[in-house]
Parts: sequence; structure tokens; C-alpha cells
Amino acid sequence: MAQEAAVSREKSTGNGTADGAGRQHSLPDKDVCVSVLAKMMLIRRFEERAGEMYAKAKIGGFLHLCIGEEATVVGSTQAMRDGDYLLSTYREHGQAIARGTPPSAVMAELFGRVDGCSKGRGGSMHLFDMERRFLGGYGIVGGNLPLSTGVALRCDYEGTDDAVVCMFGDGATNQGTFGESMNMAALWKLPVVFMVINNQFGMGTALERHSAVTDLSKKAEGYGVPGSKCDGMDVLDVHSATTEALRKARDDRQPQLLEAVTYRFRGHSMADPEEYRTKDEVEEWRRRDPIASFSKRLVDEGLLSDDDLEQMDKEALSTVDDAVQFADNSPFPDLDSLYDDLYVLGEQVKSGPWWSVDERSPEPHRGEEEREAGRVPHELAEAGAAYAGVGEAQERKRRQRQAEENSGEGEQAADPRDVEGGGD
Amino acid sequence: MPTMRYREALNQALREEMEADERVFIMGEDIGVFQGAFKVTQGLLEEFGDKRVRDTPISENTIVGVGVGSAMAGLRPVVELMTINFSLLALDQIVNHAAAIHYMFGGQARVPLVVRMPQGGGHQLGPTHSHSLEAMFLHVPGLLVAVPSTAADAKGLLKAAIQDDNPVIFIEHEYLYSQRGEVPENGGPMRFGEAAVRREGSDVTVVGISRMAVTAERAAEQLAHEHELEAEVIDPRTLRPLDLDTILDSVKKTNRAVIVEEGWPHGGVGANLAALIQEQAFDYLDAPVARVTGADVPMPYSKPLEQAAFPHEEHVIQACLALFKDL
Repeated sequence: MAQEAAVSREKSTGNGTADGAGRQHSLPDKDVCVSVLAKMMLIRRFEERAGEMYAKAKIGGFLHLCIGEEATVVGSTQAMRDGDYLLSTYREHGQAIARGTPPSAVMAELFGRVDGCSKGRGGSMHLFDMERRFLGGYGIVGGNLPLSTGVALRCDYEGTDDAVVCMFGDGATNQGTFGESMNMAALWKLPVVFMVINNQFGMGTALERHSAVTDLSKKAEGYGVPGSKCDGMDVLDVHSATTEALRKARDDRQPQLLEAVTYRFRGHSMADPEEYRTKDEVEEWRRRDPIASFSKRLVDEGLLSDDDLEQMDKEALSTVDDAVQFADNSPFPDLDSLYDDLYVLGEQVKSGPWWSVDERSPEPHRGEEEREAGRVPHELAEAGAAYAGVGEAQERKRRQRQAEENSGEGEQAADPRDVEGGGD
Repeated sequence: MPTMRYREALNQALREEMEADERVFIMGEDIGVFQGAFKVTQGLLEEFGDKRVRDTPISENTIVGVGVGSAMAGLRPVVELMTINFSLLALDQIVNHAAAIHYMFGGQARVPLVVRMPQGGGHQLGPTHSHSLEAMFLHVPGLLVAVPSTAADAKGLLKAAIQDDNPVIFIEHEYLYSQRGEVPENGGPMRFGEAAVRREGSDVTVVGISRMAVTAERAAEQLAHEHELEAEVIDPRTLRPLDLDTILDSVKKTNRAVIVEEGWPHGGVGANLAALIQEQAFDYLDAPVARVTGADVPMPYSKPLEQAAFPHEEHVIQACLALFKDL
């Protein structure tokens, strides 16, 4: 069953072959090629290291890695202007890095530290970087489609030529917000590209089992949003398709649905035994590794040497090393900041006598004024925070055991850095 | 002071804020060409055009989400949901997004969004069209919640809500739309977190929420005339922030409290206020804090049943008298 599904998915990708993608597009200038490859390598290494840090329980909660989807992430963001907005899902470390958020700020966020790009409030699923117009990772499937439509409305309202890219997975196309947002964006002619990253699974449910229409690029036509499709394993094809989609959205005021057909090599999250797919299927897709295939082409066409690739990979690893060190050195948020940024302190609430009362004290808490709220709340906060270490050792052991089991099955290499590497 | 209907006061607030700030726009179902299901937005399409007065498809979750997204990017949207019943379709965008975004992204993004909607029963609209859900929104940190009961408050608080940088749940009431009240000329925004003492009294504190502030005031008049009891009636006007001090000061004077709301009893506003009062004024209480609430059932259609399912003056009077039984 799963095997058949794999075959039909293979067919449905249309373009792309198992032995290297991107042959239908000519290569851009060398420096562009190098920059694109470097970003993909960095994201791959970042994700691998994040997985290791998760096993060491440095990272809590969920961790969704985009390994295998790097061409989709980098090819699309590369087509965006600086003024364009990006909103993504909870699998968004790569998106943040691709838009320029320092890997150190992303890693610090995963570690729950104060220097994280969301000050440790959001974690892996809720990265944010206003300065770079990366308006967030979102934890609710389909939740970011209305938001993106709203951001596009702002672009239109203010008469700017900024556009919005909204990324979500194949699973989100089944949410009500998908149809609602398509309709509203088309009705109001908003400059937004809805990009469905079809990695073949909504968590553990294969595309064929969750969507009656499996050609997702067709799924918005009835709402007035034309669709197109690209090979998500081919960075040049993704770039070309996103460029065209953005042009139509921006210049023609015609929102677009762009499907990138890709595959995640790892499980949905770190706690995924992957019983819903076969090793053969994963292996088949791994042969189309977007980094390996692009690297190979650059070498084949004489733009880079194997030594260059090795050097680039070293640089990526070094950046990731620095990110981990930065995250490790960054402190946890001050306990007195618990109530910060709950509300914007304007006239209406600054003088308001009451915001929030909880068991921590009989006194009201007022966010930023918590520091002056006295000893009792602070002591109670400390008493609560003391539980942060409880169960950590067991959790670490459990995760390491899980990581070993996973690597025993799929990834044989002793050094995880050798897995899914940049070379062919 | 000019008098006007509650809906006209809201209309004025919208008009004035739209005139004052280009970034303010309104959207919702049938607010433009149809001029609003309750005519709150009457005339605004003609005055401001369809860029700023936007009719939407019937897609509540996405309407609110579009409001959140445009607010994050710098606009000041005022979303109308036709009634509070339909806000249940938009809870993901209200709770997971609007309320959380400023906090979960470390203060980088603001959501200056107003979601306006009327609530309440009494029109024989049955179980899906008669909710009173202020307690549900009060529950969520990150939201501000306003429940104006007079024309003046409707205008002043809506102006404040539009000028505020936080997401505001602005709960109107279907019954109140046609009620008249004095509204100060050239009145500015009213401050959130300031309760109104509608009637002074020394015997019992009655806190009325939304329309129930009106019911409480009428009940207090009857209590004075027929039972020689002087009730102090307080309308909190906003539930977040809440002017607890005014309520506590009153309870410390009267030593008795009754909370009146149209919504359901479990986990209601009254339950919350009763807890706060007993936590912070226990020593002043001569009787348990009493609650008068809607019946713990989905709203029935049949007129006598419906009338029996939400509080009237008589319920408030009985609840107040019960507090003096043992004297």
C-alpha cells in the first residue's frame, strides 16, 4: 500500500528525476549558486544539530525539522524582495535562517533563551523576526493563511508593491481557512503567494489518505486562485516558479497557489516512529537529495570543486557550532519577565487597575511592573521555576534512546554529521 | 447633552475614528451595502468608500485572521462579527493568534484589532443565536474585553478600543442597540478599567454585566420603592482590565454583593467576581456573594421558556432580598 503510494507520488511530481534535479534551468551566476548552496547547507547542518540538541534535552517541546525540504525553503525565499513578508508554519527554522535571522538567534530560541528571536517565548514553532519581515512560525495548521491574507491586505491598502509569501503543508489544504483565505484573497485581488509545501504527509497521514484531490495545485482553482507546481527538490525550479508566482501576485494583483513537491527525510517531529512509510520510499526520495544534486551539478559544470564543497560545509558547521555556543551562553529569561509583553502599555491599560490575578499572589500582576510587585510573586515564580530541572535526566535518557533507535534503522553513520551531507 | 441610540453612538465612534486615522478600516458581513445587520455601520460605505468599509464573505475565522494579519502589519482594523454566536467559528484566530501574538513573539508584533459583536437573548432566536459569551473572552490573557451598556459608554469605549494597541473584544448587546442615552458632545475616548456607579446605595452592591447593568438598575429602583433597600449598582464597563477597586469599595460599604449576568453560571463572570470578592474582601461580607445568571441550558425558542432562561428584574430583587433573610 505504502509502496503504491510512493510510486504514484513519484509520478505526480511531474518533473525531476531521481539522479539530480534542475537540468531544465540554466545555472545563474556563480556567486548566486554559491550563496544558494551555502544557505541550503547551513540549514541542513543547523537542523541536524538541532536534532542532536533535542536528544540532549537542550531543546524542549516539539522539534520539526525540514531536512529534505531545503531547496523548497531556499529557492522560494531567494525569489522574494527584502520588503516582502513571509509567514510560515511550525516547520520554519529554515525559513527564518533563509530570510536572514541569525542562526544563533534561532538556536537560542530553541533553547528557550532570552536572546532567542522570540525572547524564549515562542520556541521552535513560533520564531519571529519583524526586522526581516518574517512574521512568524505558527503552531496551528492553517492558522497562518488568514494572517497572510491580512498582511497582503495591508500591502494593498497602503499602496505598496510589497507582496506576501504564505507557506503551509499539504495537510493545511484541508482546513477551512484554506478555502476561506483563497476566496478572500482572490476577491480582493491581494498580492499573496500561497505556497503549499507538499512533503507528502499531514503528520503521519499520506497525501492520498488525507486529500481527495492529490494534485494540490488544482485545489484553489474553484476559489479563483490559479495554481502551479514545481519540483521542490530542485532549488532552481522552486526559484523560477516562485519568481513567476510573485510577479503575478505583485504586478497582476492575482494571488497564486504554488505547490512545491518535496519530501521530509526525517519524521514529522522528533517523536515519530515513522510506521506510516517504508524505508524504500524514504530511500527513493533521498536519492534526490536537493543539496547533493545541486552540489553535483555545480561540480559537473565546473563552478565548484569537491574541495570547495568541503570548505563550504566546514563553514556551515562552524556557523552552527557558533550558534550552539551562543545559545548555551545566553541566559534563560528573567523570571520577573513572566508577565512582560502580555499587553501593550498604552493609555488604556497603563492606568487600568487590574489585569491579571492568579494564585501567585493576592496582588494584581501588571506585566512590566511585576519587578516592583514585591517579594511574594518573585518567590513564587522562583518556586515554580525550580521545577524546570525535574525529570530532565529521564527525559534526556529517553530522547537519546529514541535517537539511537532511529539511527539504528535509518541512519547508519556513527557521526550524524555524515548523514544527509552536502556531497554526493 | 444630545441623546441618541446606542447604535448611533457606535456609528459616531466609527466615523470619528475613521476620520482621524487613515489606517482605521472596518470589515464584516453585510456592513457595507446592507449597512449592517443592526445598522451600526449605516452610511459609512457612502462616506468612506469600499476600501475602508469592506463587505466580507461569510468566513468568520478568516475575517478575524485577516484583521489580525493587517493589524500586525500596521493597519487598525475594526472587525464586525454579525453576532457573538459566530465568534465561535473564529476562536482559533482570537485565542491562538490575536491574544498570543504580542506575547509569544517577545513583544515584536502588535495587534491593534477590535472585534465588535452583539450578544444576548430575548428575540426568540433559539440555541445558536442567543449566546452571552463575555466570560469566555474574559478567560483569555492578552485580550481586552469591553461590555458597554449605555450609548455614552458605547461611543467612548469604542473610540478607546480603536486607539488601543491591544486586541479588544468589544461586546455589544442586541437589546441595547435601540436604547437611547445621553452622549457628551465631542466626547473623547473613555478609559478602560473604570467602572460606573449607576446608582448609589448602602445596603447591597449589585454588579450588572452588559445589558444586566440596565436590569440591575431597574431592580434597584423597585427595591427602594417596594422594599426600602438601597442597592448600589455598578457597571464594570470593561471586564479586562477590571475596576475591581470600585467593586471592593462598594462591598466594604454594603457588606453584600449580587452579580447579575446573562451568560451561563459555570465559569461565568459572576463566578470570577465572587471569587475575587471573597479573596479580597472576605472580612467585610455579611452574606455569601450571590449570583443571578442565565439558566444552565442552551437558549430555548418558545417565548415563555426563553424568558424564563435569562434574568429579569424580579430575579435580581429576589436575590437581594435573600441576602437579608436571616436579619
